[in-house]
Amino acid sequence: MKYKLGTMAVATMMAASPVMADLVFPSLSYRTGPYAAGGIPFADGYADYFTMLNARDGGIGGVMTKVLECETGYNTEKGVECYESTKGEGSLVYQPLSTGITYQLIPKTTADNIPMHTMGYGRTSAANGDVFSHTFNYPANYWNGASGAVNYLLNENGGSLEGKKIALVYHNSAYGKEPIRTLTELSKKHGFEFKEVPVDHPGQEQKSQWLQIRRDKPDYVIMYGWGVMNQVAVQEAANIRFPMENFIGIWWSGSENDVLAAGDAANGYKALTFHGVGDDFPVFDDIKKHVVDAGNAAGAGDQIGTVLYNRGLYAAMLAAEAVKTAQEIHGVADITAAQMRDGMEALSITEEKMAALGLPNFGPSFDVSCANHGGEGYVGVTQWDASAKSWSLISDFAPSDMDVIGALVAEDSAAYAAENNIESSCK
Amino acid sequence: MNEQLAFTIEVFANGLMAGVLYALVALGFVLIYKASGIFNYAQGVMALFAAMTLVGIQNGQVPFAHLINAIFGTEIHHFGWHVHSFLAILLTVVVMIALAWMVQQFVFKHLVGQEPIILFMATIGLAYFLEGVADLMWGSELKALNVCAAEGACLPQGMNLWLEGTTYEALGYGFFIDNLDIVATIVAAVLVAGLIMFAQYTKQGRAMRAVADDHQAALSVGVSLNFIWVLVWSLAGFVALVAGIMWGAKSGVQFSLSLIALKALPVLMLGGFTSIPGAIVGGLIIGVGEKLFEFLIGAPFLGGATENWFAYMLALVFLVFRPQGLFGEKIIERV
Repeated sequence: MKYKLGTMAVATMMAASPVMADLVFPSLSYRTGPYAAGGIPFADGYADYFTMLNARDGGIGGVMTKVLECETGYNTEKGVECYESTKGEGSLVYQPLSTGITYQLIPKTTADNIPMHTMGYGRTSAANGDVFSHTFNYPANYWNGASGAVNYLLNENGGSLEGKKIALVYHNSAYGKEPIRTLTELSKKHGFEFKEVPVDHPGQEQKSQWLQIRRDKPDYVIMYGWGVMNQVAVQEAANIRFPMENFIGIWWSGSENDVLAAGDAANGYKALTFHGVGDDFPVFDDIKKHVVDAGNAAGAGDQIGTVLYNRGLYAAMLAAEAVKTAQEIHGVADITAAQMRDGMEALSITEEKMAALGLPNFGPSFDVSCANHGGEGYVGVTQWDASAKSWSLISDFAPSDMDVIGALVAEDSAAYAAENNIESSCK
Repeated sequence: MNEQLAFTIEVFANGLMAGVLYALVALGFVLIYKASGIFNYAQGVMALFAAMTLVGIQNGQVPFAHLINAIFGTEIHHFGWHVHSFLAILLTVVVMIALAWMVQQFVFKHLVGQEPIILFMATIGLAYFLEGVADLMWGSELKALNVCAAEGACLPQGMNLWLEGTTYEALGYGFFIDNLDIVATIVAAVLVAGLIMFAQYTKQGRAMRAVADDHQAALSVGVSLNFIWVLVWSLAGFVALVAGIMWGAKSGVQFSLSLIALKALPVLMLGGFTSIPGAIVGGLIIGVGEKLFEFLIGAPFLGGATENWFAYMLALVFLVFRPQGLFGEKIIERV
């Protein structure tokens, strides 16, 4: 009898008070394996931002956040396993951190009504929200990167690249080949000669490619590299004395990892970015105070301000802002994944908002809509200072050529829609 | 000089240099296979482990620091000193010998007489175990590797300006050769000469060859199999360290370093699994073959990036006509 009364009392209390579950953010990290050097800082930045929100603000809208980390080792099969094992935990948004995993999760997340954010990677044409209802790739994608590099070079050359020669050194994979179509179109538009130089995975030996560059003498080299390919390419470029200031990597070729091995020879190397670099932002004071000093950092606390830590933090910030937007739209604090998708689709990032978050000029302003899941594609350029061992932003976040990219996105997404019988989701 | 001919000679020379680097990795495989019949899948990871240990010792990094800090709540990461490269190499060699002893003591001693596939599986397990230990010991972050004899006298990188200038004056085209590749070639030559002399002229070397020829016969004349296998794994560990230094100097020391083993496989298929000169000649043929193919056919007609598959295809062609490889021992099974 006592047991029954006790049970009834507990049941009554549970019914009377609303139970706030955590806002769950799965983190498909790769802290092990050949790409761990890049995976660790991203995962740390992603986790630390949510830890800070919990400690400083009591979560988001009064609901605590929880990061559910699952190790993929940058392996597509493991990534899918991670998705399957965490999707039932109330996961709000997935950041697969791999183009391979992204391709596998596009149909799965759509069927499960869970949004996915592939910031600066994944399927570029997912920017078309009319076809890819649950995939978002704001604020920039691979094609924005290619166009951003060309726009930067246009600025450097007084608005004309006529007669110039640009080589693309790329990882010989689906990822590395992404910019080829964009650069081909842009070469026709701006009159530069475009040359492709593929490098096979993993890219530890690139002598042939750099001898070819030495012979061809391109004016500029753009690189879409990954992992060890980046470090070797920077070293080989230095070996043939290619001017580092004319060598521009995509954002996955633009972290400290990619240049430190080459030492002073890497000085002046440039990379594209869609977020700020360094730790000179007020938010890092809060990270240090509420996370690192409190002993709650995801890692050793020594990655703060590195390029990939900042990228992880930026991804977390964008996810947190989407949650706030969803909470406003739906009038509930404890949102679901479907509501999170609505929040992402209505996300608006302004400079005022960024400054209020302690991240002034950290990233571009952009708006997401049902049809546009990619934002406006603003891209900046950073440069490596080997003596100071630091990156600096040397350009504003500038718009990419949406006339060229928009047409390519429409073409590719239309083909995907036709293949998969997808109807417009933005009626 | 005709421009195309100059380019071809340059590609040929760089192919030879790349081949030496492939051969350095292949040598470790050959040493172990020759003495014990084990195809050591862990050779690439051994190069990674050796290079990580070297950098860790050089930088005065506390091994297993993350583990120690997590268990005891401490905040130690570095000893606060910097170890000279030569001493660090010496200490790394000691670590690799200790590793060889442990591998023999805890793994292969218990697998004597097992099928080759079982031994191969054991090396796969060893590779993953060693990768995990390396991660725990030294961390996953990328580390720059710089081996220096003295301040300002480090492993050279970049174009050899003397060669470029001389060839430009003589032929009208300045050839590119990487200084690091020249050092690697000298080191490889010394290493191979040293290994051959060790095998020919020392008691342990002769015992090693005896074990390689016939385990049972060697045992019957009092050669300790246990000792020889520890010796062979130690030598393979030393070769792995040299390969790790040369490859790590170029790309930094990181977990991808273990993938250099992929470059050694076609060399082994071509040169044979049991011949030290075979590893060298195989490496040179693969290096020159893949570079020339990429330059003359791959890049102009096939869109480039042909080196990986061409190396394996070339090795496959050799396999068809000479299954034991160029220098491998012909296997004759008598009924």
